[in-house]
Amino acid sequence: MVSSYLPLILGGALLSLRVALASLALALLFGLTNASIKLFGPSWLRAVSVTYTTVIRGIPELVMMLLLFFGGEKLFNLVLTALDLPTVEFNKFVAGVLTIGFIYGAYFTETFRSAFLAVPKGQLEAGVAYGMTPWRVFRSILFPQMLRYALPGINNNWLALLKSAALVSLIGLEDMAWLAEQAGRATQKPFLFYFVVCLIYLAITATSGGAMRWLGRRYSY
Amino acid sequence: MLMDDVIKALPSFLWTDGTQWTGLAVTAKLFLYAGAIGMSLAVVLALLKVYGPKPVGWAIGTFSYFFRGTPLFLQLMLIYYGLSQFDIVSNGWQDGNAFWLLFRDAGFCAVLAYVLNTAAYALEILAGAFAQYPKEEIAAAEAYGMSRWTTIRRIVLPGALRRVIPVFSNEMVFLLHATALSSTVTLMDMTGVARTLYADTYSPFFPFLMAAALYLVCTFALLGLFRGAERRWLAFLRPRQS
Repeated sequence: MVSSYLPLILGGALLSLRVALASLALALLFGLTNASIKLFGPSWLRAVSVTYTTVIRGIPELVMMLLLFFGGEKLFNLVLTALDLPTVEFNKFVAGVLTIGFIYGAYFTETFRSAFLAVPKGQLEAGVAYGMTPWRVFRSILFPQMLRYALPGINNNWLALLKSAALVSLIGLEDMAWLAEQAGRATQKPFLFYFVVCLIYLAITATSGGAMRWLGRRYSY
Repeated sequence: MLMDDVIKALPSFLWTDGTQWTGLAVTAKLFLYAGAIGMSLAVVLALLKVYGPKPVGWAIGTFSYFFRGTPLFLQLMLIYYGLSQFDIVSNGWQDGNAFWLLFRDAGFCAVLAYVLNTAAYALEILAGAFAQYPKEEIAAAEAYGMSRWTTIRRIVLPGALRRVIPVFSNEMVFLLHATALSSTVTLMDMTGVARTLYADTYSPFFPFLMAAALYLVCTFALLGLFRGAERRWLAFLRPRQS
């Protein structure tokens, strides 16, 4: 009985990982764009970025997730109805990934911003003095060095993101936590299944910790 | 949603829905209990980890590793829904054992989960602050003839607690946000009120925006308090004003 649920949970682990990795990609994109806007953008766009990072980081992920998931679907459907189009139901995977990516984008913004600022200014001036275009300076000098300073922060944010992604079970995505609940109910062994899922999370965090240390060695010179 | 409904819902977001404490009052209670107990536990565990015998240090390290490496949501499920699996707990419930009955109380389980989670993070920060405490101050204490324990009590503990205030302000914001999970164990905190209102009215905007706004205000209030604390207790680290 119990062992028949374990493969199911492992399948759920894959879904949890897919949610987390897709959200990570999105959050990195949001974060990088936003950090660049905060540092180099026009002032009105900068104001938008500052509001985004401040507001998102002041609200619990769960509330943000419920607001964006339920509110987003409703808003989208209100627009569709106004246009005389049939209403749709959001794909839970996409909605979950968009929400978590959007939330953690705010955290990555701060990581990237301070990493950009940590690159010594003299090197950028040296690049300009060599006749590099601004884009070239960004691509060859600023960006690769920024990445090195950003790595520890990226690791912390990634671990927090991974753990927050467990909340997608609350909007009905059938991830590890959701499956653990079902299996626990069916077998009357809720502790066992929640604990197994916890151990899988520990395995993932330990693995990514090792990967980050390797990346850290690779990018430090 | 009509304006009337909004006004009617306000008290339940802040203190009561007419029959029980709800909303901000519940959030504040969970936060204060978990914060106070979690921090006290963190101080004790950090002292034991740094100055205690090695095996105790390893045990505390394992505890902290588990609670930092797994989602808080699952820790809460493990405590509130998971423990009923064990015969000793379910028998305790049937016999009316006062200790085990505590684990049937959602408020107790939520506070316990937040306490363990906060303590796991905070103890690592504190242990770091103890281990990296300025050597000169400890040497000065030794020169004054203070014993090891007196040095810890009079110098390291107060000094380290002051120095971690800026980091702890972040931890406390995380704790405040963590209490939003209480709604998953039937508690009527601010998120719980919002989710109930959404289930009743099927309109997501007002409930969740209201909850979000309240959390935002609380977060800023908390950050303001900590900035005040920094000004007061970290004044000795600031460059001297002439």
